[in-house]
Amino acid sequence: MSTFDPYDADRPLRLSCRCGQHTSDAEHAAAELRTRSEEPGFVERSNAFIEATLVKALFPQDAVRRNFLRAVGRRTAQAAIASVLPVGALSSLQAAAQQAVGPLEKKDLKIGFIPITCATPLIMAHPLGFYSKQGLNVEVVKTAGWALIRDKMLNREYDATHFLSPMPLAISLGLGSTATPMRVATIQNTNGQAITLASKHKDKRDAKLWKGFKFAVPFEYSMHNFLLRYYVAEAGLNPDTDIQIRVVPPPEMVANLRAGNIDGFLGPDPFNQRAVFEEVGFIHVLTRDLWDGHPCCAFGTSQAFIQQNPNTFIALYRAVLTAAAMAREARNRELIAKVISPQAYLNQPETVVAQVLTGRFADGLGYVRNVPQRADFDPMPWQSMAVWMLTQLKRWGYIKGDVNYKQIAEQVFLLTDARKQMAALGQKPPAGSAYPKFTIMGKVFDPEKAAAYADSFAIKRVAS
Amino acid sequence: MKTWMRGDGPRAALLSLLLLALLLGVWHLATVGTAAPAAAPAATNLTPEQIEYLKLMGKDPAAEAGPVARSGFPTLAQMGQVMWQHLQSPFYDNGPNDKGLGLQLLHSLSRVALGYLLAAAVAIPLGFVIGMSPLLYRALDPFIQVLKPISPLAWMPLALYTIKDSSVSGIFVIFICSLWPMLINTAFGVASVRRDWLNVARTLEVSPLRRAFEVILPAAAPTILTGMRISMGIAWLVIVAAEMLVGGTGIGYFVWNEWNNLSLPNVIVAILVIGVVGMALDLMFARLQKAVTYAD
Repeated sequence: MSTFDPYDADRPLRLSCRCGQHTSDAEHAAAELRTRSEEPGFVERSNAFIEATLVKALFPQDAVRRNFLRAVGRRTAQAAIASVLPVGALSSLQAAAQQAVGPLEKKDLKIGFIPITCATPLIMAHPLGFYSKQGLNVEVVKTAGWALIRDKMLNREYDATHFLSPMPLAISLGLGSTATPMRVATIQNTNGQAITLASKHKDKRDAKLWKGFKFAVPFEYSMHNFLLRYYVAEAGLNPDTDIQIRVVPPPEMVANLRAGNIDGFLGPDPFNQRAVFEEVGFIHVLTRDLWDGHPCCAFGTSQAFIQQNPNTFIALYRAVLTAAAMAREARNRELIAKVISPQAYLNQPETVVAQVLTGRFADGLGYVRNVPQRADFDPMPWQSMAVWMLTQLKRWGYIKGDVNYKQIAEQVFLLTDARKQMAALGQKPPAGSAYPKFTIMGKVFDPEKAAAYADSFAIKRVAS
Repeated sequence: MKTWMRGDGPRAALLSLLLLALLLGVWHLATVGTAAPAAAPAATNLTPEQIEYLKLMGKDPAAEAGPVARSGFPTLAQMGQVMWQHLQSPFYDNGPNDKGLGLQLLHSLSRVALGYLLAAAVAIPLGFVIGMSPLLYRALDPFIQVLKPISPLAWMPLALYTIKDSSVSGIFVIFICSLWPMLINTAFGVASVRRDWLNVARTLEVSPLRRAFEVILPAAAPTILTGMRISMGIAWLVIVAAEMLVGGTGIGYFVWNEWNNLSLPNVIVAILVIGVVGMALDLMFARLQKAVTYAD
């Protein structure tokens, strides 16, 4: 970072940043966000946020948490938690959110990401120095596709990564890979996807007219695949026979849409907005309108990494959660767009990223729409989300046979098994009544009746 | 190879220049033509929403005509500008995802060099043995014939799965694609050394080692180098594709990353660079080949 020097012959006097102290607009924005992250107000909010998320991750059901604490007392509860996470030595979870938890087992980390806005918290933590603040030397590595993310996690080339949230479920189950226990530490983002159609289909806004269309999704084990299938099935089309769904890496979706290889895609931003910006497509519907608050990507790692590097994991967890806390505040969004747009991260025009993050965007049909909730970064890994994903895996025949929905969900979407701890302590856990229900396109999903739900759809693939 | 250049040299060069000028001229006319009609309607009769919409679409509503056809094919001026930027700082390094073109090239070249040298270390001795023994030649032939036509990229998933390291997998793919031409040419070159020479060596009771190094190797060298030249050409073709798949670093990754951004000028610059480097590598081998060629 250089200072403003009018007598420097090697530099233009008007630098590309407003205050003149940074060599680029992105650096200026990063500095401003860094200052904001050090404001006492934010530190407080962020700590409370991290603590709440930690507790939430440990006790996804509030009733369980309260019963647990009431029944065993604070000290035993901490001991129970400490058996899984190294926070027991600390006086409280609040402390776990703030203080160093012990010597870091591993400091140089590699984290993979796909260049999409879903990865915002995990990317922005890098230029904003949230990783280094935790004593970590993190390299965030842009990766060419989800299959490669999976392979590099299985190879242990990456220590942690940006996942599609169904991926850790699939990998843990051994779907499309060798079965390796993967864990979702936080949900990375909620909403923020859309169905984009090629401009020539402006008159086909009704999904019933989509017979024979070719769609792209980023990966088989993705919310994109599940939501697209759900959406067209609601319109009476069978996604396996009436339309074609292909896997295309997100960055290649716009190029394919322009080339006419596909009629549309349910993809991650910024590529929906980029298709609009390039005048090759329009935003048909935001996924927010299908399921408001749906999870999309996750931040996760392998069970082995957590066990071998518990302190490092906590530090990493805090860095990403701090970033998520910052990304959730609307006033930061424009600056974040500046920080993550450059070549090293998303490599996209800033205005495209800003439209996604602020939710004030051109829809490709000539209107400016204002949807502040278009993209959000709620990190709570609700287990019922995992159960929903499993019901869809079942519905479309990816999983054969009976599924123990809750068991898998609790393994993958949870850091510790509060229920098991309670049973060991002689407590009867309440029959999981606190899995939140969701409403997807008007139909209520009750995680207590997962098997019946998976069965209830008229259009599905019957596992042979 | 050079004989035709002597008489027609200047004229051929002139023709080349003319062709280049023609190409650039066509490019210029084609791109300038598309840039102009993308004119925005006059700003005066637009509603505020329409103005905002245009801004969000990356257009300047105040401008009479859109000066830049952003999504269209780049004009020559844009190309020159982009190329100048790359030439100015080819070796900058802003972390793992943003490196200068020169650095990316070095990454690719080192990968190619490593895979290629490994392949040479295996293929040339093996080819020698196969070429000297008709029995082995016949026995290994079916394997070579089956493995040779496999696209090296088809090995990629298998390599990733077994080697468990993406950069080593990239090197492996270069190794496997440069192996076959070198192996086959070496074997062929060694097998077709003139009988007379071998007979002379035998009459003089030359030791087998000396016969290999002083009779067969020089005799087969031109064929071996042809194989090496073909291998290098293939390796350079494959590295770009392999890096687009595996990502991380290299000129192929650069192309992929700029494709993400739909930035055609950068992609074209990379294409030119790939071509020039490929030509340089080929010229290098042409020189080597000339050095070992002998007249019968």
